[in-house]
Amino acid sequence: MSTPLLQVKNLCTSFNVDSGEVRAVNGISFNLEKGKVLGIVGESGSGKSVTAYSIMRILVEPGRITGGQILFNGEDIVQYSRKQMREFRGKRVSIIFQDPMTSLNPVYTIGNQLREAILLHTDRNREQANARALEMLQLVGVNEPEKRLKQYPYELSGGMRQRVMIAMALACEPDILIADEPTTALDVTIQAQILELMQELQRKMGMAIIMITHDLGVIADMCDEIIVMYAGRICERGTADEIFYNPRHEYTKGLMRSIPRLDTNHARLIPIAGSPVDLTNMPKGCAFASRCDRCMKICLTELPEELDINDDHKAACWMNVKQVYDEAAAEKEAESK
Amino acid sequence: MSEYLLEVRDLKQYFPVRTGWFTSKPLKAVDGVSFAIKPGETLGLVGESGCGKTTVGRTILHLYKPTAGEILYNGTPVTPQNVRNFRQEMQIVFQDPYSSLNPRMTVSDIVGEPLDIHGLYSTREERAERITELLNLVGLNSDHARRYAHEFSGGQRQRIGIARALAVNPKFIVCDEPVSALDVSIQAQVINTFEDLQKKLGIAYLFIAHDLLVVQHISQRIAVMYLGRIVEIADADEVIAHPMHPYTQSLISAIPIPDPNTARTRKRIPLEGDVPSPLNMPSGCAFRPRCRYATERCAKECPSLTEIAPGHQIAC
Repeated sequence: MSTPLLQVKNLCTSFNVDSGEVRAVNGISFNLEKGKVLGIVGESGSGKSVTAYSIMRILVEPGRITGGQILFNGEDIVQYSRKQMREFRGKRVSIIFQDPMTSLNPVYTIGNQLREAILLHTDRNREQANARALEMLQLVGVNEPEKRLKQYPYELSGGMRQRVMIAMALACEPDILIADEPTTALDVTIQAQILELMQELQRKMGMAIIMITHDLGVIADMCDEIIVMYAGRICERGTADEIFYNPRHEYTKGLMRSIPRLDTNHARLIPIAGSPVDLTNMPKGCAFASRCDRCMKICLTELPEELDINDDHKAACWMNVKQVYDEAAAEKEAESK
Repeated sequence: MSEYLLEVRDLKQYFPVRTGWFTSKPLKAVDGVSFAIKPGETLGLVGESGCGKTTVGRTILHLYKPTAGEILYNGTPVTPQNVRNFRQEMQIVFQDPYSSLNPRMTVSDIVGEPLDIHGLYSTREERAERITELLNLVGLNSDHARRYAHEFSGGQRQRIGIARALAVNPKFIVCDEPVSALDVSIQAQVINTFEDLQKKLGIAYLFIAHDLLVVQHISQRIAVMYLGRIVEIADADEVIAHPMHPYTQSLISAIPIPDPNTARTRKRIPLEGDVPSPLNMPSGCAFRPRCRYATERCAKECPSLTEIAPGHQIAC
């Protein structure tokens, strides 16, 4: 097996705030293969955006990577200098932010902002950069691209702006595109357009995508592989089918039960009790224990390790260990009978 | 007495938008909306941002003065003069649980304020009792009463907002995107709270949201809005299973479904382009520029709601 495009190894990111150290990302590891779509789900505060920002190294003070490695093609980018990082961002890995309203600079034209990235990362001259900007706008399906180049962000609608963001992110043909809740701020019909566009571009350009979202619907639609995060840790990972049809972590199971489905029986939702954990005051054992309705003694004191459920499915939950024991016990009983 | 608790007839709400120094143009946020809600019923109102769904909710409560149209509560018209009498009957829960609670007031003051305004108690003990009762009703307890809003999580804050709305024993609540600012796991808690309260107290809801999955879950009937008009209204299951208006069809096909197998096999009906500006409405049917079936007739006439099956109306 060749080395994966991106390897995140035991990444820890913390924010030192007045009330203590907030471990937003607490030792997570994953690999991303070329041309694959990886989905990261989790509720707000679970560390999914911080993971993305760590990979781009655009954490805002007082955030800081406190441990671990991020290997891109085998090179650790945590050790990169500022200059190397500038080369790396945009060219190798690009990011699309959640809010297209605030992530474009309001005082520059669309063309100006698109050209900036192209001039910085490729050896095109101004004219070629302009042509490339135009080409990108056409690619993402912006109508009247020549006119748009001269317009300012406020003149465009939300969906248009998100398209411009995607055009900007893809202008230098990155190997990885990180999409941080790219459609959360958009309406469903526009969301469908953008997702369709991303899928199409991914097929065309063959880049890998890290899709960060809290919307399980978006994930089901787009991703080859899914990571479920809770309180800065990965609690479950696997292929889309495994996660949706065979969830093995109590949090994932809870999530699946708590979303309304598009069907005609109005079955009552089963919510996850309680509220998300306080990251400044993390419990000793499993972070989900206080909200888990099948919590056992061991969950309160010891952190569950990630176990293989099968070849493409891993979960970190004591219930799985219990199940193994139970099965063994049942087998023994059957034998003795 | 009519069969309906609340009837809205041809409601219009225009906002003047300045287009020059002395010229202004009406922005037709709501342009002739009619519907009715029975006691204890939930009507879901869905549509994209800017289609006027929030404005409908607010205009019903006279938070905006309607430009035209009638709002009947139990058969009595609600007017700017008598709206204060109806505020005990109709309440609203806002979208953003962070900005709709005053950060300088304790929970008991927030929940107690409607009681103060409407003079719904005679002694201080009675007030405190009522506040505890309300907090219990929404799944909080009396210990929470002395805290401030910032000490609560999003889901809990939304519960405080619900308790405040319930304080005056309303028979009708406008829920303006009450769960869209919340995390998935918390959404379910709040949705269940709404359902429990309806069962217990028989409250009718106008449930405004853009998330169709949530709306179809909670509503008995759904109205779909597009650019200030209702384009389809029917039973919730009917709208989801057999959408008739091309806009509803696209809208439903665009919902991301949390199920990989259906997601793979399903065919989307993509919509071209963006929502037109409500300042420059297209002639005839507002959906025409994005519609697959648009004909010349659509450009000339503005379709009105017609019943095509029992209880199923579309404007196409």
